[in-house]
Amino acid sequence: MSHLIKHALANAYKNTIGKGLLVLTGLLSPSLVMAQDAVLNSGDTAWMLTATALVLFMTIPGLSLFYAGMVRSKNVLSVMMQCFAITCMVSILWVVYGYSMTFDVTGMEQGVVNFNSFVGGFSRMFLEGMEVDSLVYAIPESVFMTFQMTFAIITPALIVGAFAERMKFSAMLLFMAIWVTLVYFPIAHMVWSGNGGLLWDWGVLDFAGGTVVHINAGIAGLIAAIMLGKRKGYPTTAMMPHNLNFTIIGAGMLWVGWFGFNAGSAVAANGTAGMAMAVTQIATAAAALTWMTIEWLSHGKPSVLGIATGAVAGLVAITPASGTAGPIGALIIGAAAGLGCFIASVKLKKAMGYDDSLDVFAVHGIGGIIGAVLTGVFAFPQFGGVWSPAEGVTVVGQVVTQIKGVGFTILYTGIVTVIILKVVDLVVGLRVTEDQETEGLDLSMHNERGYNL
Amino acid sequence: MKLVSAIIKPFKLDDVREALSAIGIQGMTVTEIKGFGRQKGHTELYRGAEYVVDFLPKVKLEVAVGSDKVDEVIAVIVKAANSGKIGDGKIFVFDLAQAVRIRTGETGNDAL
Repeated sequence: MSHLIKHALANAYKNTIGKGLLVLTGLLSPSLVMAQDAVLNSGDTAWMLTATALVLFMTIPGLSLFYAGMVRSKNVLSVMMQCFAITCMVSILWVVYGYSMTFDVTGMEQGVVNFNSFVGGFSRMFLEGMEVDSLVYAIPESVFMTFQMTFAIITPALIVGAFAERMKFSAMLLFMAIWVTLVYFPIAHMVWSGNGGLLWDWGVLDFAGGTVVHINAGIAGLIAAIMLGKRKGYPTTAMMPHNLNFTIIGAGMLWVGWFGFNAGSAVAANGTAGMAMAVTQIATAAAALTWMTIEWLSHGKPSVLGIATGAVAGLVAITPASGTAGPIGALIIGAAAGLGCFIASVKLKKAMGYDDSLDVFAVHGIGGIIGAVLTGVFAFPQFGGVWSPAEGVTVVGQVVTQIKGVGFTILYTGIVTVIILKVVDLVVGLRVTEDQETEGLDLSMHNERGYNL
Repeated sequence: MKLVSAIIKPFKLDDVREALSAIGIQGMTVTEIKGFGRQKGHTELYRGAEYVVDFLPKVKLEVAVGSDKVDEVIAVIVKAANSGKIGDGKIFVFDLAQAVRIRTGETGNDAL
């Protein structure tokens, strides 16, 4: 490819992404921005550098600790190792082709459904065309690329909780490599790449990743939990969290890191970012208190695991709404998530009989769905929202659009995840042996112990 | 010689130790153990999943004493470890065949 063509592609890319993000933040009409006019804004850049670090901090160590505390002591290293290895592997895949598959806009046209509505091209492989002074919106492309990379990292890491304590490490790596390639990159492309992206053109509102990150991971987790089968002894053997101190520390880190996730999704240091931060705090507190209260009333005691899980449920649910909801909407979305995820985690799992070890589906799947649907309501100014809907867009219409986005994500992720797991099972086998499971994954997979006290 | 083995509630350990010291007992061995008797276990609840914990944490305290002192030791432990609630524990007494103080080689009652 000649240098000139490369340059043109990079420019076209910048142009569209720039426009897309502006629509997303709802600040200016797309016609106001031209790539040629884009100049670096150091305030935006400083915030996005920070937000990127915050989102990485969510996975390592936040999510790792959150999960590690909930497994038995013989498996504590295995979940930390899985989160860490996913972080490394997805970073490399993102550079090689993930960024290109997600954000290459070659061939995309508004309102036209073609192959590139589903997945980006490969012209940006190995970050082709990304220079020191390449800009996306008003920040360096290098920062935008790394920020988006941290989202690609945390999504598969979330799934780890569903099959914790029983999946082979090699199978986990292979599954995750294929899963981000065939599920995460395409879904992120469909939702976030701008005009011509399938869900983008449908008008689905997903500010920071309700469908892309949470429903995606929640559904994949549910499928994985079912296909791998229950842990040996579940549900008759006691499988108590071995260290809830880790879990509440991890939940705290997730909460703090989530400001980077949600407020960072404005890709600017502006009013949208500020409101995203505010609603994130409000919804999380509301969900945590809701969970705690219901548990207190129904089970007699308010638990640490309960309030921590409720907080994560609130964070999940406000994610798609964080750029459009107002404070009242955040209160309601948070409370709904606390209630809905509590029921899913405490009742639904037992009724259905699957062993989603750490409740990935109950918290991320259900929380994500509640958030995605309610986003369509609380975006509207009459419900306290800060979104400016296009003419003719009604609340009912938008909710239907949101449900359509949710349904598509569930179907796509569900089907492709089943196929990937089947293939991985044939190639390397999904589960550890019974003896290895009894011994614990720390020793059987990694030859180490978490505790030598 | 007798070996008195008392299973007691962990938070009663200090009271028992003090009471035994007060009657001149100069040594004892303590082990953190788990077990259950009539108290049975208790239930713990994690995200709605109820786990029955059969084995409760207890402390096992072992004291070797001359046969003449054994009744007094038992009485002291019973008094100090008693909270009046279920789960206070049990005392077992064994005959002790021999005792040796390693440093001096003394045996029998002299070694206690």
